[in-house]
Amino acid sequence: MAVYLDHAATTPMRPEAVEAMVGAMRVVGNPASIHSAGQHAKRVLEESRERIAATLGVDGIEVVFTGNGTEAVNLAIKGLWWSRQADAARRRIIVPAGEHHATVDTVDWLAEHEGAVIDEVPLDEVGRVRLDVLEALLAEHAASVALVTMLWANNEVGTIQPVEEVARLTAAAGVPLHLDAVSAYGQLPIDVRALRRDTAAPRGAGLVALSVSAHKIGGPAGIGALVLDRSASLEPLIHGGGQQRKVRSGTQDVAAAAGFAAAAGAVHADLAADAVRTAALRDRLIAGALAAVDGVRLSGDPDPAGRLPGNAHFSFDGCEGDSLLFLLDAAGVAVSTGSACQAGVPEPSHVLMAMGRSEADARGALRITLGHDSTDADVDAFLAALPAAHAQAAKAGLAARATSFDR
Amino acid sequence: MSGGVDSAVAAARAVEAGHEVVGVHLALSRMPGTLRTGSRGCCTIEDSMDAQRAANLLGIPYYVWDFSERFKADVVDDFIAEYSAGRTPNPCMRCNERIKFAALLEKALALGFDAVATGHYAKVVTGDSGALELHRASAEAKDQSYVLGVLTAEQLAHAYFPLGDTPSKALVREEAARRGLSVAQKPDSYDICFIPDGDTKGWLAERVGTETGEIVDRSGAVVGTHEGAHAFTVGQRRGMRLGTPAADGKPRFVLEVRLKENTVVVGPKEALAIGVIAGSRFSWAGLAPEDPSTAFACEVQIRAHADPVPAVAQTTTDAAGATELVVTPESPLDGVAPGQTAVIYVGTRVLGQFTIDRTVSAVPVGA
Repeated sequence: MAVYLDHAATTPMRPEAVEAMVGAMRVVGNPASIHSAGQHAKRVLEESRERIAATLGVDGIEVVFTGNGTEAVNLAIKGLWWSRQADAARRRIIVPAGEHHATVDTVDWLAEHEGAVIDEVPLDEVGRVRLDVLEALLAEHAASVALVTMLWANNEVGTIQPVEEVARLTAAAGVPLHLDAVSAYGQLPIDVRALRRDTAAPRGAGLVALSVSAHKIGGPAGIGALVLDRSASLEPLIHGGGQQRKVRSGTQDVAAAAGFAAAAGAVHADLAADAVRTAALRDRLIAGALAAVDGVRLSGDPDPAGRLPGNAHFSFDGCEGDSLLFLLDAAGVAVSTGSACQAGVPEPSHVLMAMGRSEADARGALRITLGHDSTDADVDAFLAALPAAHAQAAKAGLAARATSFDR
Repeated sequence: MSGGVDSAVAAARAVEAGHEVVGVHLALSRMPGTLRTGSRGCCTIEDSMDAQRAANLLGIPYYVWDFSERFKADVVDDFIAEYSAGRTPNPCMRCNERIKFAALLEKALALGFDAVATGHYAKVVTGDSGALELHRASAEAKDQSYVLGVLTAEQLAHAYFPLGDTPSKALVREEAARRGLSVAQKPDSYDICFIPDGDTKGWLAERVGTETGEIVDRSGAVVGTHEGAHAFTVGQRRGMRLGTPAADGKPRFVLEVRLKENTVVVGPKEALAIGVIAGSRFSWAGLAPEDPSTAFACEVQIRAHADPVPAVAQTTTDAAGATELVVTPESPLDGVAPGQTAVIYVGTRVLGQFTIDRTVSAVPVGA
């Protein structure tokens, strides 16, 4: 049986999510229909929505289902940006370096096609957003900032961002904040209402939007959600039948919502205890890896409290991450070099580059992410396979250098 | 696995032969195109997906290895530099020499593999002496031994060409269809993979620039102008729009492209004939001849799909100790340009190759 240590890419579906989904697939009816069948489907859908809302500290009406996390991020950033142009020219988007591609490519698109001006906030060496820079940008440009968007926790190196401080700064500046919580959800407690209250967020400003995805928490792929505060004003991207507050038209996927809700319920049944359990596995994995081989360096926050409980991220000197990935895969252990991409072409991580690391360093990156089904045996298997894989990958070295066949 | 039918069938045969096979797709560009266009059969995301589908069907793991930096430095930049220096390089040979059977092979060996198998049409056989030899493929029309002529004995020892014995490409396509490979009818690729639209001249013009220059005859008299010498190849007849007709009224051909001076030299067809070719950059494919300084009979081939010509070859060393391989074809060769690779065969066996850096015309000026 292969050892799966790439939960940041996707997680195995929880049995209760599979059950809920299969059950809901047998429900006949479009939730927008008026007849009893439609009403029954609507009930399953809305109960699912409420269950998810409860795990995020919001009401059901504030959960807008999307096709995935990327769509939620697009909807938040573009929707808020366009809405903020309605009554004044607010061209600036404040965004940290090292964001997920869903954000990077979306803000780049807005800059290229809509005249958005991107203010990039640098990261420090552990991958944490430079709050002083963000604060200065807000102080200088508050009137012309359309929105601030950032990760709650980095999907590659696992660094948890100071979201409460950023929520407070944006609330005080009267600027809407979107948090991409796709990688944080299910690992860290998220309470949008409490965060808005604690940061004295006025209507339409501070934390107003937050993206999550079902398949990162043991739910199905193909459904995500944008949490959208009642006070938020947002232009829809998809027009049609006016479903979901007219924010995201289109027939809703009852079965996917049911699966999502079941996973959300399961992961939040005892989130704190699970996080402690996962973090203990992670800490053993990190300590074991650092002791097992030479020339390995932990990326992200060395303080266990500052990184996602399931995240370990290393750079191995003189090794290509993709060589390590291949050799570990051959040994039955699935890990990642960073975020997966379409063509499978390994790129030096833009996150590590943003943290001031060299390209060679970034090429030797390996991300190991644990989840709800991870066990001590998984950690043991990884640690057992690592030394041989590392020795062989070091032999293969970095492909960019000259070879003995050159003449 | 490029995503083409040849490498897919090669992989299938390697699996069937009982080897432990892993599919590797080379990422040769950091910015691959999305979809296949024209006659290209590789290097887009669609091609990568085709390769992965084939690997999935065969039940083998599949990975993308990034050699984009090396490919850019060793193949693409080299191609531009060679052209700029007035030579006509073969980027596919360069890729075999520097990427597929160097960077890729070295990485594979280091990772514990024994060989790199490709869909090339060529054979590696054990000769009478027990040494490995590179030979032409059974499928004459598809034979690619020319572009593999750069392989040394050590590289041959780790090269595996499962398609070498197949009599035709049609049979490879049939086999692909029988195996259910989705690429069975995928068109062949002909052009240089990093030039998406196949417009080599336009691509080079963008990188080397265009500048009006002179077209001269062999006596040096100006007979016309052009918009950049790199757009011309030796042996070319059309597209020169010469104002002054030739004295004898016969068509004129490009005899020489002097890129450094941005000058194109033209003349009668007879003047294309080259009597001797020589080069100092040579290598032996496998076992070197016992005494190459003694003239030996061979055939020489100067392009991937040119006919081999009977010739006599030998190495000569000048007073300074510089050795070059000199080949005298039985009948003169047409359309030879410096920078081209000449591959030397004995029968079906590839003996070696060299980069042509000196030619001697078979017809003296004024003849």
